[in-house]
Amino acid sequence: MTTAVELVRNAPLAIGGRTFHSRLMVGTGKYRDNDTMRRAIEASGAEIVTVAVRRVDLDRTKAEGILYHLDPKRYFLLANTAGCSTPEDAVRYARLAREAGFNEFVKLEVIGDQETLLPDVQGLLEAAEALVKEGFQILAYTNEDLITALRLEDAGCAAVMPLASPIGSGLGLLNPYHVRLIKRRLRVPVIVDAGVGTASDACVTMEQGVDGILMNTALAAARDPVAMAQAMRLAVEAGRGAYLAGRMPKREVAVPSSPLEGMLD
Amino acid sequence: MKDETIDITVNGKQRAVPRDASLLELLQSLELDPRAVVVEHNRAIVRRPALGRVKVAAGDAVELVHFVGGG
Repeated sequence: MTTAVELVRNAPLAIGGRTFHSRLMVGTGKYRDNDTMRRAIEASGAEIVTVAVRRVDLDRTKAEGILYHLDPKRYFLLANTAGCSTPEDAVRYARLAREAGFNEFVKLEVIGDQETLLPDVQGLLEAAEALVKEGFQILAYTNEDLITALRLEDAGCAAVMPLASPIGSGLGLLNPYHVRLIKRRLRVPVIVDAGVGTASDACVTMEQGVDGILMNTALAAARDPVAMAQAMRLAVEAGRGAYLAGRMPKREVAVPSSPLEGMLD
Repeated sequence: MKDETIDITVNGKQRAVPRDASLLELLQSLELDPRAVVVEHNRAIVRRPALGRVKVAAGDAVELVHFVGGG
């Protein structure tokens, strides 16, 4: 018998020529303190950890970046272009991120609307095409639209990241059908990014067959981020295991589990 | 004059620096470790080995960035 855990562990995730064992990726934003962040990331079991590119604060006596609290040898740093609303800005941030010298992977975000933080898919495609030409491995944060996802794959993205629901909303997976469709049609990994709020959201998302999940606020804004990180780790493994195990068919009527024969008169 | 200064913009704020200062000297004066920041000089990234060779001129825009927490 193959256990669900074995099923999950026997098939690592390959993105842009690299292999990862954890299908849960986590952000580093909005934690109440660096120690909580460090312990939550550890509990999540994540290997890929996202970071943002920002100005050094020159008014502080000692300008400390995130790397003072996170060992870049232990985690695979995935820089994002969060906050960018034009393809030009996103390309600029991506180049700065690569220059930090860790890897050529970038989580590409081009934001089209400040209220919903929904992606500007036209700008995203433009930036993705430009960055792929420069040798970047692009993980593109997009909406749950199949056509955009296909175009991002055609543009050479290493992975496509449809949202579950808006960034930081915690609304969970709003369009499972569309996410499933994207997963079924793409060859590159599909990583659901943004909107997962709790463990059941993560589990349901993984049950759609996607390759992984990236989350940040669900951990950082939990009452106990470390415990939530552990719950999310289990939920992602459970969802992946259930997907690989193949669920039973749904029926509209009951089918008894116990035999009908041998009933008393 | 030896101690003459020029104005440049660093991370969006005006700052007086010695004339002919290199980017590396700018980082040193700000107590920043060149290995921990990425330097953009007039919109062009300057790689670490070149920081000592590139000098700033009046009106230049310098951006000093690093990684912070993000999702």
